Amino acid sequence: MVSITEIVKKPQKLACGHRLCPGCGAGVVVNLVLSSIDTPVVIANATGCLEVSTTVYPYTSWNTPFIHSAFENAAATISGVEGAYRSLKRRGKINGEIYFAAFGGDGGTYDIGLQSLSGALERGHDFVYVCYDNGAYMNTGVQRSSATPFGASTTTSPAGKEIPGKPHYKKDITRIVAAHEIPYVAQASVSHWKDLVKKSKKAFETKGPAFINVIAPCPTGWVYDPKDTIKLAREAVYSCIWPLYEVEDGKYKLSFDPKKKKTDVAGWLKQQRRFRHLFEPQNEYLLDEIQGETDKKWNELLEESSSGKRK
Amino acid sequence: MSKVALLGNATIAEAMRQINPDVVAAFPITPATGIVQEFSQYVHDGVLDTEFITVESEHSAMSACIGASAAGARVMTATSSAGLALMWELLGVASGLRLPMVMVVANRALSSPINIGCDHSDSMGARDSGWIQLYSENAQEGYDNVIKAVRISENKDVRLPVMVMIDGFITSHCTEVLESLEDDQVRGFAGEYKTDYSLLNIENPLTYGPYQTSEYYFETKKQEADSIKDSFGIIKKVSEEFETLSGRHQSIVESYMMEDAEVAVMVLSSTAGTTRAVVDSLRSEGIKAGLIKPRLFRPFPAEKIIEITKNLKSLAILDRSEAFSASGGPLFTETRSALYESGSKPNIINYIYGLGGRDICMEDIRKVFLELLEEEGKRPEVIIRHLGVRK
Repeated sequence: MVSITEIVKKPQKLACGHRLCPGCGAGVVVNLVLSSIDTPVVIANATGCLEVSTTVYPYTSWNTPFIHSAFENAAATISGVEGAYRSLKRRGKINGEIYFAAFGGDGGTYDIGLQSLSGALERGHDFVYVCYDNGAYMNTGVQRSSATPFGASTTTSPAGKEIPGKPHYKKDITRIVAAHEIPYVAQASVSHWKDLVKKSKKAFETKGPAFINVIAPCPTGWVYDPKDTIKLAREAVYSCIWPLYEVEDGKYKLSFDPKKKKTDVAGWLKQQRRFRHLFEPQNEYLLDEIQGETDKKWNELLEESSSGKRK
Repeated sequence: MSKVALLGNATIAEAMRQINPDVVAAFPITPATGIVQEFSQYVHDGVLDTEFITVESEHSAMSACIGASAAGARVMTATSSAGLALMWELLGVASGLRLPMVMVVANRALSSPINIGCDHSDSMGARDSGWIQLYSENAQEGYDNVIKAVRISENKDVRLPVMVMIDGFITSHCTEVLESLEDDQVRGFAGEYKTDYSLLNIENPLTYGPYQTSEYYFETKKQEADSIKDSFGIIKKVSEEFETLSGRHQSIVESYMMEDAEVAVMVLSSTAGTTRAVVDSLRSEGIKAGLIKPRLFRPFPAEKIIEITKNLKSLAILDRSEAFSASGGPLFTETRSALYESGSKPNIINYIYGLGGRDICMEDIRKVFLELLEEEGKRPEVIIRHLGVRK
C-alpha cells in the first residue's frame, strides 16, 4: 500500500513553481495521479488553467514529455501520440514501455472535448484520461459548464433577480464514459488521496482506455478560503454529491460509503459563495430540491453497486 | 518505372503505400474518401503496418496527426472541403508547432449551399495557415508532389506541414496513366524520418505547445515566416533531386510557350491542362499565347512570376474560388501585388470560374484569350469577371 512518505519522496513530474492559484485542486490531481507510477509517461493537456499555468514560455513545470494542442482535442492528440508509439515500437524504432495520459478540465472534457474523448475511448487507445472537475470554465473567468452544479452562480449563470444561478443539473460524464464500456472508469477526490492513487495505478496498468473523474475544488470560482480545498472535496464526498466509485467491466463498485456520517448537501453549499443566494428566503426551496436529487442519485448508485449491475 | 491506369485517388493511395508512413489518421469525405479507403485496404490486407487511426472527425484527424508527428512519426492524412474547414484551428497548431506532415486535399467547394463539386475555396481558405501548398494538374503530379512533400516537410530547415492539392472529381475520380516509381526508389528518396524533437524521448522531456505572451509570440511567428520564406530553396532542391530520379522536370511555376507570349492565362491545377490545349490551338492560328501554372502557392513564388511575365502585354488570372473580397480571387490579388515590383505591368484581368464543379471547357478559355486580345492596350473597365456564370 502506498504511503504519503513514499509519494513525497518521488521526483515530481509536475514541478513546483507553476502559476496555478493557491489552493487549486488541479495541481494536486496531477501530482497524485502521476505519483502512482514509475513507468515513463507522456501527457496531453487540454487548454485550460492547468496548461496555461504550467507552461508559461520559456518555462515549463513538466518533467515529463508534454503536449498541448487545443481546448477540445486532448483525447485525439494523445490518440496520435499513442498511435505513433505503437507504430514506432512495431517497426523497432523505439524500445521500452511508456504510459499515456490526458488531462482536461470539465470544460475540455464534459463539453467541447466530449466528441474527441468519445472517439478515443471507442477506438480503444491505451491511455488514461483524467478530468479535473472544478465545475466551470475557470480559466476564462468562471463561466458555467455542463459540469456546473444546479443553482451555482457563475459569470454566465449569475444569481439574478429572476433566475437564481444555473437552472440545469450537472451532466453525469462518468456514467456517459462508462456507457462506452471501456475497461476502467472511476470517480475520485483530491481529499481521498490514497483512493485516487490506487485508482490511478489501476487505470495506468489497465490495457486500453481508462477514465478518472476527480473533483478539484477551485477557490477562485467557488469562492472560499484557499486553505479549505481538501476540506470541501472531502465534504463533497461525505454529502454524496460526489460519490467515489469504480466501474470495471460494466460493474459499479462503491469505493466509499459515509454511512451514518453522511452529511446534508446544504452544509457543503453554504461554505461556497457561488451558492450564497440559495440561502436567501425566496430560494431556500431549492436546497430541498438539490438534496432530493443528490439522494436519488446516491441511492441509485448504492443499488447498482450492491447488485453489481447497471440499472 | 511502370505504367498503370488508376483512379486519381488510388494514385495518391499508391504514393502513400510506397512511402509507408508510420501513422495515418483520417476521416472519409467526398471526394477524398477513395484515398482513405484504398489506404485502409492496404492496412487490413497486411500490405502495410502503418498505424491507421480511424478518427471520428477531421478535427480529430488533424489532432491525432499533430500528436503523432510530435511523437516523431512520419504522418499523412487526406481530406476535402468541410473536412479541411473543420481542421482549420489545428492547421495553425500543426504549422506553429513546426510539425512535419503531408495532407492531400481533393479540392471541393465549401457550404453553403452544400456542393460536392470541385473548386479551390477549401484550400484557399487555408492559405494563410502556415502550410506549404502544392497544386497538382493531374494525378501524376499529385503522386509526384506527395513524394516530394515528405522530403520538403521533414527538412530540418523547413519543419512545416505540406498540403498537396488535386482537383476533386476531375482528378480524384478520373482514370489516368500513372508512371510510378519502384517502391525502393520512393522509399530511398523519402529516406528515414529522424527527429530530435520526439515526445517519446523520455530522457529529454519536451513541452510542446506552451503559452507564449506578447514577450515571445511575435518572435516565434517571425521564425515561422522566415522558414516558409527560406523553403523556396529546399523545394527547388527536392524537385531537382526528384527530376534525377523520375526524369520529370517540375519547376515551382511552369511556363508554357511564355518565351515570346504576348497574352497569357495563369491558372492552378487541372484547368492548366485545358489551357495548354487552347494555347496550342491559338499558336497554330499565329496568336502568341502562353500558360503560367504555379505548382506552388505557399510560399508564393512572386519572383518567378515577375520573371515569367516581364514581356507580357495582357494576363488573365483564373481563380477557382470567390474570396468575397470585392477585389478579386487569391491568385489574382497575390499576383497583382507581386507585379507591383515588376518593371513591366501587363493588363491583368481576374476571372472567377468553375465554382461548385461548374465545367470549364476549351471554348471558355479561348473566350478569355480573345477578350485579352480585344482589350489589349486599353484600360479594362471591369477587371474582376465571372466566367461561365448565368446572368
